[in-house]
Amino acid sequence: MANFSKSRVPQFSVDVYQNEYLPEGGREVNAIVTVTSTGGGTSGAAALLAGAGASPAYIPAGQGPGPAAAVVIMVDCSGSMEYPPTKMRNAREATAAAVDTLRDGVAFAVVSGTHQAKEVYPGDGRLATASEATRAQAKEALYRLTAGGGTAISTWLRLADQLLARADVPIRHGVLLTDGRNEHESPKHLRDALEACAGRFTCDARGVGTDWDVKEVTGIASALLGTADIVADPSGLAADFTQMMRKAMGKEVADVALRLWTPVGAEIRFVKQVAPAVEDLTGRRTEAGPRAGDYPTGSWGDESRDYHVCVRVPEAGVGQEMLAARVSLVLPDPPGGTPQTLSQGLVRAVWTDDMVASTSINPQVAHYTGQAELAHVIQQGIEARKSGDFDGATAKLGRAVQLAAASGNADTAKLLSKVVDVVDATTGTVRLKAKVAEADEMTLETRSTKTVRVKK
Amino acid sequence: MFCGACGYDLSALAQPPVDHPTVAITVPPGTGAAVGPGTAPPPPAVRYDDPPRGAPAPGIDDFELAAPGPVPARPEAEPPPADPRSAAPGPAPAAGPAAKVCVACRTGRIDPDGYCENCGHAQPRERDHTEQELDAVAAVSDRGLRHHRNEDAFAVSAAALPDGSPAVVAIVCDGVSSATRPDEASAAAATAANEALLDALPRGTHPQQAMHEAIVAAAESVNLLAADPDQGPEHDPHRHTNAPACTLVGAIVASGLLVVGWVGDSRVYWVPDDRTAPPARLTEDDSWAAQMVAAGLMNEAEAYADERAHAITGWLGADAYELEPHTASFKPDRPGVVVVCTDGLWNYAEAAHEMALAAPADAAARPLHCAQVLVGHALDGGGHDNVTVAVLPFAVPEQGAGSAYGTA
Repeated sequence: MANFSKSRVPQFSVDVYQNEYLPEGGREVNAIVTVTSTGGGTSGAAALLAGAGASPAYIPAGQGPGPAAAVVIMVDCSGSMEYPPTKMRNAREATAAAVDTLRDGVAFAVVSGTHQAKEVYPGDGRLATASEATRAQAKEALYRLTAGGGTAISTWLRLADQLLARADVPIRHGVLLTDGRNEHESPKHLRDALEACAGRFTCDARGVGTDWDVKEVTGIASALLGTADIVADPSGLAADFTQMMRKAMGKEVADVALRLWTPVGAEIRFVKQVAPAVEDLTGRRTEAGPRAGDYPTGSWGDESRDYHVCVRVPEAGVGQEMLAARVSLVLPDPPGGTPQTLSQGLVRAVWTDDMVASTSINPQVAHYTGQAELAHVIQQGIEARKSGDFDGATAKLGRAVQLAAASGNADTAKLLSKVVDVVDATTGTVRLKAKVAEADEMTLETRSTKTVRVKK
Repeated sequence: MFCGACGYDLSALAQPPVDHPTVAITVPPGTGAAVGPGTAPPPPAVRYDDPPRGAPAPGIDDFELAAPGPVPARPEAEPPPADPRSAAPGPAPAAGPAAKVCVACRTGRIDPDGYCENCGHAQPRERDHTEQELDAVAAVSDRGLRHHRNEDAFAVSAAALPDGSPAVVAIVCDGVSSATRPDEASAAAATAANEALLDALPRGTHPQQAMHEAIVAAAESVNLLAADPDQGPEHDPHRHTNAPACTLVGAIVASGLLVVGWVGDSRVYWVPDDRTAPPARLTEDDSWAAQMVAAGLMNEAEAYADERAHAITGWLGADAYELEPHTASFKPDRPGVVVVCTDGLWNYAEAAHEMALAAPADAAARPLHCAQVLVGHALDGGGHDNVTVAVLPFAVPEQGAGSAYGTA
């Protein structure tokens, strides 16, 4: 069964959920597109790693599953990391755990970040190749890390980009850990660096403690198509890093784009990833031929994601049928070839005078419309609370409680209950808590975009 | 207005139709001939194969079929006969090579999924308009003007009876659009019923018995669709709780007999060649209104004024309340044509005399032309629904040639 030959590209499947029926004069077409990638050996690698526990049984070099990959870990070493001193120690240990999780043969480097970026391992602008020896050397180098200096994240990202550019591998990934605000450079520096790095590597970002800025960390992950999360208690870092690196090692194919073809006269209202988290991709389109555009999705392992596509099509008469959008997953421009289409699905529009058909709302579309609203009202509610608008915050967070309860988003409901006292979840009646732990509010804000799938 | 080759609507949409209600016949032509239970009280389940329609136009009379003699079913087991000469139901030739450019915008090419690469419009499909003509039967099916696909289906064929005389078969089915995959249901039912008849008639099964069994076989084939695991989630997601379903109506002309069978509200009309003779409707709808009138609970006007009037109370499909195939035999005493059709036609020619007026005078000589004219009649009236018509000429056998099934 095991196939270690050249082809590791997972199988992609596309399922479209929509009510294609429009009333006379109707123009807006909504669809949820579920993309699932399976195969490609990821689950095998995950099983090996999961079984290996704390001391992985390394796979002999050159035979390990998974494609060639390169990873740069960026550790915040600013002065604040020493307050409390356990923070720096936990960061070191977490990075060591992440290094331990690197698959044999993966190119990697460790960067320390302050107001400038420095190579910790292996140095000289190189990447090391993961093996028992290099992992040990890297961990040794980590113990020499000390805290001191400011925070200028753009320098970290640019160094990571330079290092990753050395590796001729399909999967290029970064891991960024910070505990503070990006206060030793202008926001524009970070924006420019993110723009320069977007599409060149993917990056997960983690904020440790509670002194960092949620929008900065989520902004980095969003721009670089990775995940963002809070690790409020530094002692949780090692477990989080191990899990994060396992996911990174599970990636099989990079630079996958969601390609959307729409007919002449159609207008794309929005394209959003809606599961596992809300991510608006509308503004990230690059043109890809007549009436087609590509939206970046980053790299994929064994996983499933949902996208909400909303298209406004030209009006047509009752009884007409139109293709409102063709959604495909493509690997753009492999060396010397044409873009490879991995899978595709059709979004249709059918005009009918059957009111029952045209007025029904597809359950998937309804669910994810609610999940997107949930993320939005949480962010608005927290914003209002911070600015002292307590009535506004109560209304928004009440609506969030209602949406979370109705959709079965238990994780978000639990996070909300740490910020508000829930009087009645069904009607969204809540009272703001007088005292809210900063970590709880930051956790809610960071994870506000996490969604659940439709209840079956 | 329509593409001559493929039937695609190239014009602006026509006016909404002036709909006519189903009118229960006052003198059931097949009195005593129907096989199966008599008038049942309205079953609890009803379903629509089309949205409810407007107000009724009462006062339309039907005429009694001239001398239709009910004939008791008398199945006879006979040895298998010579091979039946039959034609598998198949679509008419689709649009020719000219169909490379989109019929809607006339600039885009057509992608492999059948949509225009420029404007996205769906292109005419094989089932949008199909025609078939055999020696003694012809049928035409059309998508109509207001529906995006054709959910009707038909099958026509000819078989040889054990004595070598011909038997001509027409089956017409109308997919229930409130159910999932109605197009597949109607196609499966028409094919299954036709095949069952092609198997049974040459073996000497009495046509009325064969019709009953064919309806049962068709129902089973539609039931099987509900269990089909291949049902894509995107096919009709908001309706996928409804099992595929359709109506069925069939007619057999054999040995001087005219046998009809039905479930649902698709119909058979008898139109004599001599248009001064009275035409007749030979089927009675399984519809809410027909049942209310038949049960004496409402008069016609009241029943057809109700929004449930056109809900059908009988259909083929896994969620059918109870399958009650209706069959009837007639022995017309003069030549004429048998019109087998879906409500897409009879909505525009409800009463038998209206159907007789709509059918051209030379219907018996040119059945395909007659079917085309009748489909055109429905489209001219608004083409609100899919339209399917089969036309079978009926000739009275020579004196002495007698029916193999005659009452001895």
